[in-house]
Amino acid sequence: MRRFWRSWIVVLGFLLLIAAPASAQRFGAETFTLANGLQVVVIPNHRAPAVTQMVWYKTGAADDPRGKSGIAHFLEHLMFKGTRANPQGAFSALIAQNGGRDNAFTTEDYTAFHETVARDRLDLVMRLEADRMTGLVLDDAAVLPERDVILEERRMRIDNDPSALLREQLTAALFLNASYHNPTIGWEHEMHGLGTADALAFYRDWYAPNNAVLIVAGDVETAEVGTLAERHFGPLAARPVPPRIRLDEPPHHASIRLEMKSARVAQPSWRRYYLAPSYRAGATQHAYALQVLAEILAGSDGSRLNQALVLDKGLALTVGAGYAPSALGLADFGVYATPKPGVAIADLEAAVDAELHRILEHGVEPDEVARAARRMQASAIYSQDSLSGPANIIGTALVLGRNLDDVAAWPDKIGAVTPDEVQAAARAVLVERNSATGILLPERTS
Amino acid sequence: MNRFLLPINRRPGEGRDPLFNRLGRGLVGPGLRRDDEEGAGSLRWRAVPSQAKAMILLAALLLFVVSLPPVAAAMQIQPVTGASGVEAWLVEDHSVPVVTIRFAFPGGAALDPAGKSGTASMVASMLDEGAGPYDHAEFHRRLDDLAGQLRFSAAQDEFDGSLRSLTRNLPGNADLLRVALAEPRFAPDAVERIRGEILAGLARQAKNPRSLSGRLWMYDAFEAHPYGSGVEGTEASVAAITRDDLAAFAAERFHRRGLTIGIVGDIGKAEAAALLDRVFGGLPLGSDDSQIAEAKPLDDGALVVSRAAVPQSVVTFGQTGPKRDDPAWYAAYVLNDILGGGGFRGRLMKEIREKRGLAYGVTTQLVPYRHAGLIVGSVATENGRVGESIALVRNEWQRMREEGPTAAELEDAKTYLTGSFPLGLDSTQHIAGVLVQMQQDKLGIDYLDRRAGLIGSVTLDEARAVAKKMFDPAALSFAVVGDPADVKPTRPPKQQKF
Repeated sequence: MRRFWRSWIVVLGFLLLIAAPASAQRFGAETFTLANGLQVVVIPNHRAPAVTQMVWYKTGAADDPRGKSGIAHFLEHLMFKGTRANPQGAFSALIAQNGGRDNAFTTEDYTAFHETVARDRLDLVMRLEADRMTGLVLDDAAVLPERDVILEERRMRIDNDPSALLREQLTAALFLNASYHNPTIGWEHEMHGLGTADALAFYRDWYAPNNAVLIVAGDVETAEVGTLAERHFGPLAARPVPPRIRLDEPPHHASIRLEMKSARVAQPSWRRYYLAPSYRAGATQHAYALQVLAEILAGSDGSRLNQALVLDKGLALTVGAGYAPSALGLADFGVYATPKPGVAIADLEAAVDAELHRILEHGVEPDEVARAARRMQASAIYSQDSLSGPANIIGTALVLGRNLDDVAAWPDKIGAVTPDEVQAAARAVLVERNSATGILLPERTS
Repeated sequence: MNRFLLPINRRPGEGRDPLFNRLGRGLVGPGLRRDDEEGAGSLRWRAVPSQAKAMILLAALLLFVVSLPPVAAAMQIQPVTGASGVEAWLVEDHSVPVVTIRFAFPGGAALDPAGKSGTASMVASMLDEGAGPYDHAEFHRRLDDLAGQLRFSAAQDEFDGSLRSLTRNLPGNADLLRVALAEPRFAPDAVERIRGEILAGLARQAKNPRSLSGRLWMYDAFEAHPYGSGVEGTEASVAAITRDDLAAFAAERFHRRGLTIGIVGDIGKAEAAALLDRVFGGLPLGSDDSQIAEAKPLDDGALVVSRAAVPQSVVTFGQTGPKRDDPAWYAAYVLNDILGGGGFRGRLMKEIREKRGLAYGVTTQLVPYRHAGLIVGSVATENGRVGESIALVRNEWQRMREEGPTAAELEDAKTYLTGSFPLGLDSTQHIAGVLVQMQQDKLGIDYLDRRAGLIGSVTLDEARAVAKKMFDPAALSFAVVGDPADVKPTRPPKQQKF
């Protein structure tokens, strides 16, 4: 079904799901650590004769050295360029020839590589991942064309899309000093200067068995994974890794407003982000209540913002709210709306503020908290309905310094959130001076 | 902010098995995703490295690749028939307390009344706006409390729906699905609200280079044929749709004849049969009177440009391809992977991305409509160099026509396409989608057991013969949106505004 406001919520919901783990008992996950510090997690799933392997590195764009924004993501691309044992393209070629799929992704806090193969090919993909954990070989011939690729990727994701450009500016404005100030893909002018030496330096700093988590999900048993992991990753030596520094924010004394006009914008939109705690930074006691707050605001058709702005007052076409606490440093809490044609942004914003103030002043109802929690707990069950869902949830938790118990406890923690805690979290976070508001407007051209 | 909304993947869209690329996708244009208007969708793009030297290595490695496990060995498909006569295919899996039901009614957006394109799509957006005894608020209150995931969408040739439910909530959710199909209210205030959403979406797509490129290409290819219009219609056609049009669509199209259903998950055969009766048993038998004309894309080899002030030009390209029942389908399917497959496999990806860094991704896919077949692709390159990408696409099209694939490429593609497919059958939704598609395409209930053989039996001679016939550089047409510096249009687009 096609519903624009919903696509926003669905995306946020999905990310929340990734950020917000379901019961580890239900996943049946087991973990152990090799002598070199590599943590291994096995998630048995016997639905199909397949396995997904993921190697998560505890480093991301927030670790990019100053002036080298984008290097973590660039290195992720370059990890496919080859090693002595598996030169130039052999990695993905081998996997495809064995009927498998592989890919990778980078966020601000972590970088992950993953393969899905028939269960009897686990040995192969483990050998390949272990090989490139320490054996990467790069030269300019491989690196420079790939730099053009990430520049095209930036144009595609950011520069061609006014909404993404505004989001990038807002992020930089909201995080005055925190490590998430720069975009994951990098600023274009700095991307042009990234080179082989930069990539290798980042690789040597961060890619080591003691800075990684290996996850194997699928039709396997723990003992078998243990044997293979020992064989392939066991021989790699632990190395000192720099501390992951996530800078804090100074007090904000002024709220931020950014307005952007573009001829590529069809209709206005409004969004606001507040600095927020994560599971790991800031007032972390609010992390669960804030997830419930986001669900109450915009997680369902009858949610407060949708009910008030879309259904009752007819001011908005779409609304959304999002909060993902899975970050090493501070997170943000976002609210979003697009006005119906003819509705002034100021009126839309006033209506959103009225709903937020209603919560700040009067709190939320026990019934809406309970219903929100039940929906979120259902999502924890749905997350088991795939091979990659549990692997993503567990991987995200572990690379952020959380553990399987945290993952297991998520449904209960959500269920334990009280109306008072939701109000307290809203009061702690929905603070005007800690916000950045972005307004995107069409620019009429001849 | 974007650190959560946009995990950056290395490589462009592996997409889905093109054999099943139609279900629930409701293509706006060829190969374009419809679910990322806010720029928040995480694109699963991919690509992979490759150099000439690697090919020698690959050839050597090929000798050691042994046969892969049998397709979907763990999956048993059972036919189920309710007392009402409604049929479905079922895969039981009790490992997670979840049930998914997916279905497709024959006849989709291509049957929209003249001047009212977008009707089917608007119906899809309206079905959960209140039905039977439940007004909008009550319908959603129930659905939310039951944590049901109910989706409807219109494609050109069918109307798709799906429900995913926790096992314990299935009766309540099934009741909502039943009334949504049998007794939608189409309340006037909801009709106007949804119309507003759709119009806003169309306005947004008109400014989105990717959407626009796809729509330009499709209109140029099919013009007045229904396939030339997006399933969501145009500003004028959506404005013309009345409540009666929506009600008429639901009354005429939601019937049992031609309905295909897949059920997957924590449910037994007897319960599944009862579910079929409960949800679909009350629908009229109906008649399948689909009268869509056969269509052929224009294939005039044109290059059209729509100017837009963006740094990167987005290009859609393509020509006639096979329909799903074409005897050459499997050869074409393998050839498509060799030319435009994701990962290192595609020649286009090697030439355009890996060797020259001209794009983040370039892939092609077969788009088998019921009454027309296409092979289409897309690529996005900075304005100053997009002409190079276009020239490379043309070169590879020509090379594939003249030389066909190499023996190694053919074997690699066959291994990949047979081996990777069952790995994706890991969720109830994906499996249910496959079940529906198999029935729509009349592939037979044992198709998954035969699939590897059908692909594996494509010979080099056959692949070369099909390549020579299928890939035609004179037919290959391009639609460019951006401000390309080194590209000359051969004619104006047949329609500028959408």
